[in-house]
Amino acid sequence: MSATPVLAANSVSMVFGGLTALSNVSLRLQEGQILGLIGPNGAGKTTFFNCLTGLYSPTTGNVQLRGQVLPTDPAAVTVAGVARTFQNIRLFPSMTSLENVMVGRHSRMKQGPLASLFHGPAYLKGERDARDRSRELLEFVGLGTVHDELARNLPYGDQRRLEIARALATDPKVLLLDEPTAGMNPQETEATRQLIFAIRETGVAVVVIEHDTKFIFSLCDHVSVLVQGQLLVEGTPDVVRADPRVIEAYLGKPPDEVEAEVRQYAEEAAHGGPESTQVMQPIRDQDGHEGGNR
Amino acid sequence: MATLLQQLINGLVLGGLIALIALGYTMVYGIIQLINFAHGEVFMVGGFASLATYSYVLPESWRDHGHWPIALPLMALGGAVVAVVLAVAMERLAYRPLRNAPRLAPLITALGVSVILKEAVRLWYPGATAPVPFPRAFVDEQFRFQLGEGTVTIGATAILMIVVSILGAIILQTYITRSRMGRAMRATAQDPDTARLMGVNPNRTIVLTFTIGGALAGLAGVLYGIHITNVDTEVGFLYGIFAFTAAVLGGVGSIKGAVIGGFAIGLIKTLSGQYLPGGTQYDLVWIFVLLIVVLVFRPQGLFGEPERVRA
Repeated sequence: MSATPVLAANSVSMVFGGLTALSNVSLRLQEGQILGLIGPNGAGKTTFFNCLTGLYSPTTGNVQLRGQVLPTDPAAVTVAGVARTFQNIRLFPSMTSLENVMVGRHSRMKQGPLASLFHGPAYLKGERDARDRSRELLEFVGLGTVHDELARNLPYGDQRRLEIARALATDPKVLLLDEPTAGMNPQETEATRQLIFAIRETGVAVVVIEHDTKFIFSLCDHVSVLVQGQLLVEGTPDVVRADPRVIEAYLGKPPDEVEAEVRQYAEEAAHGGPESTQVMQPIRDQDGHEGGNR
Repeated sequence: MATLLQQLINGLVLGGLIALIALGYTMVYGIIQLINFAHGEVFMVGGFASLATYSYVLPESWRDHGHWPIALPLMALGGAVVAVVLAVAMERLAYRPLRNAPRLAPLITALGVSVILKEAVRLWYPGATAPVPFPRAFVDEQFRFQLGEGTVTIGATAILMIVVSILGAIILQTYITRSRMGRAMRATAQDPDTARLMGVNPNRTIVLTFTIGGALAGLAGVLYGIHITNVDTEVGFLYGIFAFTAAVLGGVGSIKGAVIGGFAIGLIKTLSGQYLPGGTQYDLVWIFVLLIVVLVFRPQGLFGEPERVRA
């Protein structure tokens, strides 16, 4: 932890009227790290992403990228090197896949309004470079065959991958993924996991919000748990999944019977058993016991 | 036969003019969902500004007809520059402060701006209480050809109008679809917040939209002047309504729609005036009947996209 973290949130608080959505949340993302941010619904995960990307201006605290305080203007944050995807997909629906990614190249291109009108050699080269790079990225996320399809016509999983390609097109140092596997089947989820590893290989540090804790624990180097706007626990996946407070935060105060099962799973998890990653879904995973309501 | 061809030509000339103005309506609506009712006045001011360039800026010796190859481009430049400055100032002073206000506020503001501009020109431009003669700053040629019994006439200014409007639309379409700033404009139109998160500066994009719309309207003002040979403070409102109708007919937000809508209205106006009962007294009625019919069956207009609920 000696090096300057690539992304650092310092005691970020966010208050909306009387509601404290985030209170003193700090986070350190090291170069080459994949950090998972988990927490129950309404814990403030997306609010935290909005603070990191300049959509919200934190009530107190700040965000630093490689030691530089980030502005609270989304366009400037993108230029500085933080890119994101969205929980509810926000592609440009009436543009093609390739065009969506090329919009991501916007801040790395130089052609002004007039250069765009008079197609000089520098302009044409810039357009060509942007198109080549965008095609590469589509290839990279596995969408090599759908350049000219309108974004709104793509299958759901492809839309999520297109969002990742578009975010990568901004040449980020840090990529923030907001529930990248929501609504995906197991095969797609696994493909996304491999994709995130591949992104890390290119030198981009990644922060992932997910509900699927199995996914998070098998992906991340470091996990932070956010509950009711506060950082509850952080550490390596092994530390976090064994922490009883995490289990309680996820499941509420369980009835004795369920609690015993949960503890048992947590113990197994701590010992790294084969079922270890399922600790957060013990109730459903028990054969025949669907939460005791049948 | 000759009459039909003549009216088709007249319709295309009128349609080209309407299309040039409609492009500004449709682009501004596409990007900030504002029906900029003052856009027609930008066209009118463009006409007066090019006239002022001729009367007050050009040296005396360039004002004779033989010097039109110098005079016309300078007049077009003067008209376009003033129109752009006006459009951008309008955005900066009147619309930007209301960007997050309920939609009705900027709409009423646009109506107010429209009245202010019209009255300002009427009061302060010398002689503008009545139509002001416009110089004939283009070749006077009238091409006539015999067709059966009748003669068809097409003036050089009419050809210029059609050519400029089609060329303008093609260049604009290319710009929007194939360039960095064009993509930024479309992205901002579809989802301004996400566009910002991709590094697109929304204010610059919106200013660019007003600039392009203003330039086209200014150009339309000059073309109107040399074709009709006068300018009048009333034309802003009248052609503003035509252009607005064209934009709605074609589908607000669609470039192609504005152009086709413009030509459709031009043709309906001239053809209905010639062939339908009631003649030219009823031509406006037919235009709006068509508009209503189209909107009943296709509320988004001919080429518009159905309105989506934003996330």
